[in-house]
Amino acid sequence: MTTSVSLTVNGKPVSAEIDPRMLLVQFIREHLGLTGTHVGCDTGQCGACTVLVDGNAIKSCMVLAAQMQGAEVTTIEGIGGPNGDLHPMQAAFKECHGLQCGFCTPGMVMSAIDLVKRNGKALTEEAIRAGLDGNLCRCTGYHNIVKAVQLGAAKMQGV
Amino acid sequence: MYAFEFHRATSVEEAAALLAKTQGKLLAGGQSLVGAMKLRLSSPSSVIDLGGIAELRGIRKEKNAIVIGATTRHAEVAASPEVRKAIPALATLAEGIGDRQVRNMGTLGGSLANNDPAADYPAGVLGLGATVRTNKRAIAADDFFRGMYETALGDDEIITAVSFPIPRRAAYLKFRNPASRFALVGVFVADTGTGVRVAVTGAAPCVFRVTDMEAAFTKSFTPDAIKSVRVDPGKLNSDIHASAEYRAHLIGVLAARAVAQAAK
Amino acid sequence: MNAPNEVATGSLIGAAVRRKEDARFLTGSGRYTDDISLPGQTYACFVRSPHAHARIVKIDKSAALKAPGVLGVFTGDDLAADKVGSLPCGWLITDVNGQPMKEPPHPPLAQDKVRYVGDHVAVVIAETYWQAKDAAERLDIEYEPLPAVVDAVEALRPGAPVVHEQAPDNLCFRWSLGDKAATDAAFAKAHHVTKLDIVNNRLIPNAIEPRAALAHYSRAEDAYTLYVANQNPHVERLLMTAFVLGVPEHKMRVIAPDVGGGFGSKIFLYPEETVITWASKKINRPIKWTAERAEAFLSDAHGRDHHTHAELALDKDGKFLGLRVKTIANLGAYLSTFGSSVPTYLYGTLLAGQYTTPAIYVEVDAVFTNTAPVDAYRGAGRPEATYVVERLVSTAAREMGIDQAEIRRRNFITKFPYQTPVALTYDTGDYNACLEGAMKLADVAGFPKRRAEAEKRGKLRGLGYSTYIEACGLAPSNIAGALGARAGLFEVGEIRVNPTGTVTVFTGSHSHGQGHETTFAQVVASRLGIPIENVDVVHGDTGRIPFGMGTYGSRSIAVGGAAIMKALDKIEAKGKKIAAHLLEAAESDIEFKDGVFRVAGTDKSIPFAQIALAAYVPHNYPLDKLEPGLNETAFYDPTNFTFPAGAHICEVEVDPETGEVDIVNFTAVDDFGNVINPMIVEGQVHGGIAQGIGQALLEHAIYDKESGQLVTGSYMDYALPRADDLPTFKVDTRATPCTHNPLGVKGCGEAGAIGAPPAVIEAIIDALAPLGVKDIPMPATPQAVWRAIQEAKGRAAA
Repeated sequence: MTTSVSLTVNGKPVSAEIDPRMLLVQFIREHLGLTGTHVGCDTGQCGACTVLVDGNAIKSCMVLAAQMQGAEVTTIEGIGGPNGDLHPMQAAFKECHGLQCGFCTPGMVMSAIDLVKRNGKALTEEAIRAGLDGNLCRCTGYHNIVKAVQLGAAKMQGV
Repeated sequence: MYAFEFHRATSVEEAAALLAKTQGKLLAGGQSLVGAMKLRLSSPSSVIDLGGIAELRGIRKEKNAIVIGATTRHAEVAASPEVRKAIPALATLAEGIGDRQVRNMGTLGGSLANNDPAADYPAGVLGLGATVRTNKRAIAADDFFRGMYETALGDDEIITAVSFPIPRRAAYLKFRNPASRFALVGVFVADTGTGVRVAVTGAAPCVFRVTDMEAAFTKSFTPDAIKSVRVDPGKLNSDIHASAEYRAHLIGVLAARAVAQAAK
Repeated sequence: MNAPNEVATGSLIGAAVRRKEDARFLTGSGRYTDDISLPGQTYACFVRSPHAHARIVKIDKSAALKAPGVLGVFTGDDLAADKVGSLPCGWLITDVNGQPMKEPPHPPLAQDKVRYVGDHVAVVIAETYWQAKDAAERLDIEYEPLPAVVDAVEALRPGAPVVHEQAPDNLCFRWSLGDKAATDAAFAKAHHVTKLDIVNNRLIPNAIEPRAALAHYSRAEDAYTLYVANQNPHVERLLMTAFVLGVPEHKMRVIAPDVGGGFGSKIFLYPEETVITWASKKINRPIKWTAERAEAFLSDAHGRDHHTHAELALDKDGKFLGLRVKTIANLGAYLSTFGSSVPTYLYGTLLAGQYTTPAIYVEVDAVFTNTAPVDAYRGAGRPEATYVVERLVSTAAREMGIDQAEIRRRNFITKFPYQTPVALTYDTGDYNACLEGAMKLADVAGFPKRRAEAEKRGKLRGLGYSTYIEACGLAPSNIAGALGARAGLFEVGEIRVNPTGTVTVFTGSHSHGQGHETTFAQVVASRLGIPIENVDVVHGDTGRIPFGMGTYGSRSIAVGGAAIMKALDKIEAKGKKIAAHLLEAAESDIEFKDGVFRVAGTDKSIPFAQIALAAYVPHNYPLDKLEPGLNETAFYDPTNFTFPAGAHICEVEVDPETGEVDIVNFTAVDDFGNVINPMIVEGQVHGGIAQGIGQALLEHAIYDKESGQLVTGSYMDYALPRADDLPTFKVDTRATPCTHNPLGVKGCGEAGAIGAPPAVIEAIIDALAPLGVKDIPMPATPQAVWRAIQEAKGRAAA
């Protein structure tokens, strides 16, 4: 009882025969060995597993890998420059101390990128706080994450 | 998760045929179904993925209604210029469902077919008096929601779209469960032109209308109109987050505030 | 945070250096336990009790053993047959009668009885996790359910279900501290007595990385390697080898790699990692276990859960005369690793707060119940103490019509050192400075205007104060030992200077978010005058680090940092000897500054890197007097606790119709002594405040009193703070350097969680006072606030 799926992950085409039960996050972590995407809960609330699918942030623990037929998936490992340069949002998280233990960070960064893409310059503090409703952080109190997203948004728009 | 067979449907007809053959479950965005399967609360032998059926997705205006395809994502409804112009309350509702990631994946049809007692869309569908279109028929909102996780859908019936009549004015206010962020109480108020509809989600086993409030608001579309209307806590949910009495109280507060907002 | 981003050399103390560890966390290159896989790895699934209390009648493994992929199914009997011991408790409490606390056994897998929902009954090991989970459902276990008790107050009532036969009244110990007679005398002459009944709500720590472990046994070496999400790998190894498995300590290496938050919950030795370590030898394959979040809710050690009656005696001027506290503390079903120390020496000793209260008496009943074990969670005892003291002080001020700041000022300790009536000696502090700073930053002067403006919008505003103290830098080993600690509480640092002058630092502290790789590197780079890029910090591996007691109780910089400083002293001393030889000068004439050894008053000098090279290439070297190499280790045992303190002010706006509370301002001005990296310190304060606000407004672990089931067993019902639940915080510091450690530091990790809850609750009470509300329980959910308003209205109408 397997099913086939073909998709691209971080720009590379991937095809596999998988157990239909396999979640996208398991496909990413266990099949592809990309362990930057994390699992922090079972019920789809923590957002540590957030990746981009066709540019939109989704929780990779709440979709089946089989649903990703033809999709373009981007993980935290796929957003930096080819020489290891940080994505502007990653750089902003470092600059603003927007991370502590780092476990929620990849999901937080992916959500933030989606947030900036959708809201652009209209990102007030309130909009950022509301827009991070799908990501839990237990370390930072979100204070510096909000600052990082503000700075990251400015950097992404070349401001 | 228990083992199951996975089918990818490319048309509504194919999906219906697979559904009839396998007695499986339809998978739209999966934001409820995959979660239930992970917790082993749902154990279908087959899953039929609707994600590849283009005809089920999209938003269009038809006469005096906004028609939204069943697999249209919440985020698409929230961002749609048509919806924001014609029924801003519906865009607001969609913008408040779950969280960013859920809205990017979850669908209108999936939410309605699941009919979670605390989901937002049922309040919008019932409040606006929408029509649920399936591969077999059209179902009025008043006939669609049957009870907790229960709908009028038949075994091999697939939601294809929902037609929302454009109201004169409307508003949706949601009081969130502090933990899950589902509606502890959500109130959709719509002035349809021929009367006012008030639909409540989150407070009872199934979305319901508050006819006393509807009558009062139809007479006077002002917050004060329902000052003497009391919601009976007897039929409402009680849990650690809110007693039935508190929910009954919140319905009144939110309905009045929704009218104030819609009347602006 | 205005300091430069990249500082090459010179003093980095006090600079907001951006973190070295971020590069890997931001790119998905972090290595958390579940990210690590070993060849031939198998997966464990734990079978847990569905009952709060039951006798295990029989376990039939046969169907599970036949399931596809299954490699082993083990129960408590299998562990007992191998003489696997009980999970130990690290602190022996002596009760009011001089008797030792009751210590019932805590088997890693239950024997005969299960005592809470989630208790560990069996483990199934299979080739894949799905196979293990499928097979676990085929394990046939027959239970005889027994009556259960989840509430500590109920558990003390006569006839309550008995959790352990060894403690027939469910009392683990009754403990007291302070002078009862003197306290009673103080109350006898009181002008006013303020009384409060307080519940400190039970919490679940919820580090976002769930607990995880990967155990490997090598038959060839007869040795174990355990990767585990843990805050103190040496303690984990010591407890597991010496006390439970009977394995020689040198035959086990424990690695705590990147760890995704701990907050106390990853200090303890848990059943899961113990069982899979044992089982990895049984099946001769590596075994991985990663908690599902549902398991984390059920079986991570919970925090808080106190019921307290407290009374404060005051004279007519509002001076505190005496404090009397009676607390019933829930320990859960078993004594967790440090469970007994939290409601005693980490609690009762803090009841003096920042005040000169001359007489204090506290009595604590620590009680077994059919709930998950309760142990240290961020703050551990000190938030509970602060909540009692600050709620009493604020309530007394309201009752006596004294201003909240004024009543505090009248009672602040101002002369140091100060011996409290509850065993501690505060070395230094300036409580007025923090309070004044906080009032300014919070714009207390402008509050009446803001309150009036809110009222126009139908909202009620309130202001709440909390001036807290904590005891950190755990701990002088001899004092802790005299009080019952079964471990030392020193820390270890090793400075390994490489031949080219770069440095690798090995610390027994562990970083799981605190940024030690940066802070400790700042300390070392500053002291040696070398670029921070030339310093790397290694932590979390018993195979690489000499020893360590780990990270908890805000002790890393105060104890771990001090050990590093001590090792640096030795490096400098040896460097001077080498320099004296090379510069042909007397050792006493050599001074070391800015990375250069110099003959005092001359231009003869030699840089640090050359001294390092000389130590490893000892061609021109005093080999007759000095060993080659430049590698020093130091153990540092503190001489006192440190006493971080501060003032928190919370401003809320309440919607009286719905009961919703909006924190519109939160201000914290703290005294952590000297600050090494203000950016990291501020981050720690933010995170602590968030957890404190979480306790005050959102979080509550609830067990159903009838069934004993955990009602709040997922994020659907346990409300963890999200970004839009919290405001932007206003934080600042004042410094009175610690007098007894080399960096003058006090520690900052727990402050927010300790200071915040009473400030939040008092702000709500202040807002609702015009409606007649006098108290509000934690968490102050919208429903709780709405109820309090209705009850006050009811009282007013009656």
